[in-house]
Amino acid sequence: MKPINQKAWFLVLPVFLCVAFSAILPLMTVVNYSVQDIISPERRVFVGTEWFAAVLRDEELHGALLRQLGFSLAVLLVEIPLGICLALSMPAQGWRASAVLVVVALSLLIPWNVVGTIWQIYGRADIGLLGAALQALGVDYNYTGDATDAWITVLVMDVWHWTPLVALLCFAGLRSIPDAYYQAARIDGASKFAVFRYIQLPKMRGVLMIAVLLRFMDSFMIYTEPFVLTGGGPGNATTFLSQYLTQKAVGQFDLGPAAAFSLIYFLIILLLCFILYNWMQSVGTQDKSEVAHG
Amino acid sequence: MARIDLDLAHAYRPDPKEDADYALLPLKMSFEDGGAYALLGPSGCGKTTMLNIVSGLLRPSHGTVRFDGRDVTALTPQQRNIAQVFQFPVIYDTMTVAENLAFPLRNRGVPADRIKARVGRIAEMLELNGQLNQRAAGLSADAKQKISLGRGLVREDVSAVLFDEPLTVIDPHLKWQLRRKLKQIHQELKLTLVYVTHDQVEALTFADRIVVMTRGRAVQVGTAGELFERPSHRFVGHFIGSPGMNFLPAALEEGGGLSVAGQPVAGAVDAVTGAALSRAEPFALGIRPEYVELEEIGDGSAHARPGTITGTVAQVQDIGTYWLVTAQAGPHTLKARLSAHARPPAPGASIALRVLNPHTCFYGADEQLIAAATVAAAQEGLA
Repeated sequence: MKPINQKAWFLVLPVFLCVAFSAILPLMTVVNYSVQDIISPERRVFVGTEWFAAVLRDEELHGALLRQLGFSLAVLLVEIPLGICLALSMPAQGWRASAVLVVVALSLLIPWNVVGTIWQIYGRADIGLLGAALQALGVDYNYTGDATDAWITVLVMDVWHWTPLVALLCFAGLRSIPDAYYQAARIDGASKFAVFRYIQLPKMRGVLMIAVLLRFMDSFMIYTEPFVLTGGGPGNATTFLSQYLTQKAVGQFDLGPAAAFSLIYFLIILLLCFILYNWMQSVGTQDKSEVAHG
Repeated sequence: MARIDLDLAHAYRPDPKEDADYALLPLKMSFEDGGAYALLGPSGCGKTTMLNIVSGLLRPSHGTVRFDGRDVTALTPQQRNIAQVFQFPVIYDTMTVAENLAFPLRNRGVPADRIKARVGRIAEMLELNGQLNQRAAGLSADAKQKISLGRGLVREDVSAVLFDEPLTVIDPHLKWQLRRKLKQIHQELKLTLVYVTHDQVEALTFADRIVVMTRGRAVQVGTAGELFERPSHRFVGHFIGSPGMNFLPAALEEGGGLSVAGQPVAGAVDAVTGAALSRAEPFALGIRPEYVELEEIGDGSAHARPGTITGTVAQVQDIGTYWLVTAQAGPHTLKARLSAHARPPAPGASIALRVLNPHTCFYGADEQLIAAATVAAAQEGLA
């Protein structure tokens, strides 16, 4: 029998330490907060799962969660098809392609809070180009006062900011399709729609999956832009989960419930991503998903 | 089904000036209805360009394409009713094998029961019937290419089926089987087939007539026998055959005799050939390794035998079914094929190489065939 050499553990140690300090310890701190009531730095009481129970019963939170789900769903429903259409209509080669790529990517380079500020001014009814123009057209648009207007403005802002990411991913997916596929489709007499349905869409599957996951996670955690644009208002019309969480943790300093909710938030994202990923894996390719599970 | 006439040239750049600017030099060619043709040539010789022009994927920059006399130059592949199979398998990932095969028919609104019958027939021909309901994405490259072939053959009424090196990705043993299948399908369906390849064996076994191409030019159209016996261009002689034709510089001597590779050759070509040659100097003599006859000259005394030059054996290789003898005649190298039963000369031996016989061809400075030797005189000399 070979002698067992345990020194290999030392090789794993640096990784373990990095992960411990960057992920495990902060996470455990949150877990620690979530089961205690911190009254003052010296006084704390162990409360078990009480905060979790309280958070799950919280009506305000239910509202924020529903708004969040609605928002993420709307983001996906608008940005994914729009991104695909954009990618399909972008020129494939030459200087035009480069120029369009730069223009499309511009909004991705703008910092989040600046995006919020841009739209805050853009939408103002008195001096904003969009707001004033709508007012002049007779539309009673006021995102600071009207809940629907505020909600739509946040959504349009997100679409403006992030659709280019979807478009760029799809563009890359489209460029990777060999010419022979288009030639074969022409020979087979396929219509434009058939080419999209049977060649382009299946070949974009991989990048679309990434796009959906990225856009879902990002939109589910959205904070800065609505915070700058509407501050969560009017009322709580645009108070999404992370903003609600910040109000709890930093505004009211309710560390226990905030920590408990953070964990739930984390689990929700994990669960939804898992479901989305598996669903998309199985869409269109039953065989593949069987292999993945088997 | 249609007779296809090409009278065209193609350049990818807008304003072609010299020959090198053309992907396809001006050519005139016909594919007869129901014929099996091969376009044979090295990579980049323009064969795929020609195929894409026939199918309508590419519009020629000059000239016309006619199907049965009708000008179809401006028509799409669908309007021309062409089927084409590409080098790498193209399958529709989300469909089953049967749906893949049915796709060209479905797009043309063929009734469902006809589609079913036709798909069944093609699947049977290509031995895909066990996999009809399987998803095409998970299959091997072989099976995928069979699906591509099947999509090309599934329509009965096509003007022609074009194959662009379709067996490149297929395993060698399956290659034979599929090539035989294609041949069989050709005989059954009587479709016009055009097959692009750089593999001469593939071209010679598949096609009735072969178009040999090089550098944008179709240099010869003919049957396997014609290409072998009378290559009309040095490229054909060199490209067809294994190894290719031997070429030696030759000149006419005073008094009508020939000198080959600097050595006078006893025996002469006839007057007509001689006259043609005299107009075309300088020219080269070409002879296939199969037709070079060898004789050892034991004592080394170069007794001039009719139609021969002398040389030494440089190398003898056993290829299994034949001996390949490499001989050196001055600075020139010659290859000769001897049957496996023959006793090959030893390396270093002096030999007489008979290069002038009825199989000899002569080529001018433009690499075109001048004349095939009518070597009555030489044969008489032998007798």
